[in-house]
Amino acid sequence: MIKLLMGNEAIALGAIKAGVRVVCGYPGTPSSEVLETVAKNNDGSIYVEWSVNEKTAMEVAAGAAYSGARAMVTMKQVGLNVASDPLMSLAYIGVKGGLVIVAADDPGPLSSQTEQDTRHFAKFANLPVLDPSTPEEAYEMIQAAFDLSEQVGLPVILRPTTRICHACSSIDVSGSREEHIPSGFEKDPRWVIFPQLSYKRHIEIEKLQTALSLIFSKSPFNRVSGKGALGIAGSGIAWSYALDVIRDLDLDIKTFKVGTPYPFPAKLAESFLDGLSAVLVLEELDPVVEEALLEIAANKGLKIGILGKKTGNTPYAGEFSYEIVHKAISEFSGLQSHDTDEPAISPLPSRPPVLCAGCPHRASFYAVKKAMKGQKAVFTGDIGCYTLGNAKPLNMVDTCLCMGASISVAQGIKRVEPDTRLFAFIGDSTFFHTGIPGVINAVYNQTDIVIVVLDNGTTAMTGHQPHPGTARTMMGNISEKIDIEALLKSVGVKWVRKINPFDHKAAVSAVKEASEVKGVSAIIFESPCIALAKKPGAFEADPGKCRACGMCVREIGCPAMVLGKDKKVRIEPSACYACGLCVSICPFGAIGGMKHED
Amino acid sequence: MKTDILIAGVGGQGQILASRLIGVAAILEGYSVRTGETIGMAQRGGSVVSHVRIGGDSRAATVPFGRADLMIGFELCETVRNIKRLSENGRLIVNTQRINPVTVSLGMEKYDAAAMEESLRKVTGRLIMIDGYSLAGEAGSVKAVNTVLLGAAVGSGYLPISRESFMEAIRSIIPQRFHNLNSAAFDSGYSLAGRIIAENAELSMR
Repeated sequence: MIKLLMGNEAIALGAIKAGVRVVCGYPGTPSSEVLETVAKNNDGSIYVEWSVNEKTAMEVAAGAAYSGARAMVTMKQVGLNVASDPLMSLAYIGVKGGLVIVAADDPGPLSSQTEQDTRHFAKFANLPVLDPSTPEEAYEMIQAAFDLSEQVGLPVILRPTTRICHACSSIDVSGSREEHIPSGFEKDPRWVIFPQLSYKRHIEIEKLQTALSLIFSKSPFNRVSGKGALGIAGSGIAWSYALDVIRDLDLDIKTFKVGTPYPFPAKLAESFLDGLSAVLVLEELDPVVEEALLEIAANKGLKIGILGKKTGNTPYAGEFSYEIVHKAISEFSGLQSHDTDEPAISPLPSRPPVLCAGCPHRASFYAVKKAMKGQKAVFTGDIGCYTLGNAKPLNMVDTCLCMGASISVAQGIKRVEPDTRLFAFIGDSTFFHTGIPGVINAVYNQTDIVIVVLDNGTTAMTGHQPHPGTARTMMGNISEKIDIEALLKSVGVKWVRKINPFDHKAAVSAVKEASEVKGVSAIIFESPCIALAKKPGAFEADPGKCRACGMCVREIGCPAMVLGKDKKVRIEPSACYACGLCVSICPFGAIGGMKHED
Repeated sequence: MKTDILIAGVGGQGQILASRLIGVAAILEGYSVRTGETIGMAQRGGSVVSHVRIGGDSRAATVPFGRADLMIGFELCETVRNIKRLSENGRLIVNTQRINPVTVSLGMEKYDAAAMEESLRKVTGRLIMIDGYSLAGEAGSVKAVNTVLLGAAVGSGYLPISRESFMEAIRSIIPQRFHNLNSAAFDSGYSLAGRIIAENAELSMR
């Protein structure tokens, strides 16, 4: 049956077909749809969970794989940093049931804080990695990954990138689910990592790298074709661009498609390099394939020009495009690369992403901003929709580093600037993910900071996944709701207030009070994400009362508000969620007249 | 048939559903399809594009510069921002709706709609501008602007997939309670674009 499937959906359906039994992960663009698609297509034989963070997810999946089940764990590239502790040791311990780690990279980056390359992580951890070049190849690779994991007894990494994860293809998904009955956990010293065992296993792992390189030289995911003295090697989406460009330029050229960047298929690479005078390597992010080819050429004493990032032929940073690859291949093959005439277009305003109209984070930031007006204060931020609070006019995010860092970074600043008031903003899902240790650290070390939990009852940025504070699980069960207020109090935060941020006056006065507390204080701004609520209606601006002062727009920058030619405000009824924040700002009472939706 | 399509707009306008509908309708007609989407941070009111490639043998989903046979602009400024992907004299459907970026509302930048329209007219003569926002409102909800624009693309003959395939695609991927809204929205764009093409043909005959 032919279906239009997103790369992430293809990975999920491939895993289901391969008989996966346990799937865990933490949401992160561009990986989130993998786990969601497994849950949507679960016939009841698969256990699926959003774990509290990637480290936990990796460990749950490891336990399942120890017990002989096929398991999959999903995350984005920076999630693998969080999970790197179990990952590194897992290479030594190994697995019984197939364990596949789906870590999605984000060249660009389009929705991430780094452009790190998971293929390096694979090499660092001594684990095989598969690098799909299309969604349909991702569908094949995820199935092969489970087989390979069981064949060599190691976890296998599948590393799709954004242009694979979020691209759709028409894919044939016929065929039934493989049956893999878990053998169960068997007690054995092999599961207990000790220095002596690690030493022995290290010797084995190095042998496995050589074996894997030989296996990969025969893998259908790696191919050498064509002939001539010039060669093009590529991996991931860059390989797909290369094939499109080779077709369009009508080139007859030797090619090497690399689907398994580590361990590198050295034998196959040697047959590719044989007889070549120069090679162009096309791959996004780091020069992984390029370095592998350089090493082989050096070992074999081959005099071949290997061109890529190190020689300045392709860029390190940012994602590739058809155009970048077209230029690189044209230059490499001695063709004229002609720049197309760009149409003259009028200057355009930029359009950065913004907090939605009606977003409770806007009200929370605004309350803190008003309360701290004229005070020396620093606002540390975290990862989520609320990172967008950095934009004008709110300008309320002074730092953003990684998941959970808001609370700890605030403590470091406070230690250097004791006279500055420190506010750490963190979302509910991020709080559970890695925020809690920072709270305990602040209480233990008696650091004066205000923690502001922006609790919108969901993991909004990545597509509204449930978390421990929502009491809903991916198996459709209702679980015990983890109460953030009770949790904060239980670890010693003495001053905690829960407030609706749209109650502007109460919010401002609570912030002022919190800032005077000695030690750690916390405000929980509780209001659901508007994307999950039914739109209640919209407010209207009365042109008769509006004095065109522009204060509403200038103060909160709500995207539902537009200033007309007469500088009077107009509210777009389809965008307004009737949050009422602007109503409390307008000094002339010009906004109101709630219109309810049917 | 090979048709490369680009959809450009503002996050939240329903581009992802639109590209899915095109994809499903094209598969119903026996074509292979690739699509590429903007998902993630930019969805929060930022600039977003969707690529749809019907037929052909390209492996990458992204439509290269100057290669889109058809572009459907969901918002004026975003259409101009991505116009360099349209092929020479390519087909262009533009929703005349203007969505001000917050940077414009704050007075930090200018939105010159007249200049934007002007630059589009210079790029191609095969251009249909429609007020998708009003048509969707008349059909029942301004949220259905995406299906209005798809209707216009089909009704103008710019997108060679049948109305029937789209109706089936709507029924197969949109929840039932929205079927009537989306069919009505599709048809209003379909009829209007059909009329515009017929009028233009008549004018050129005279």
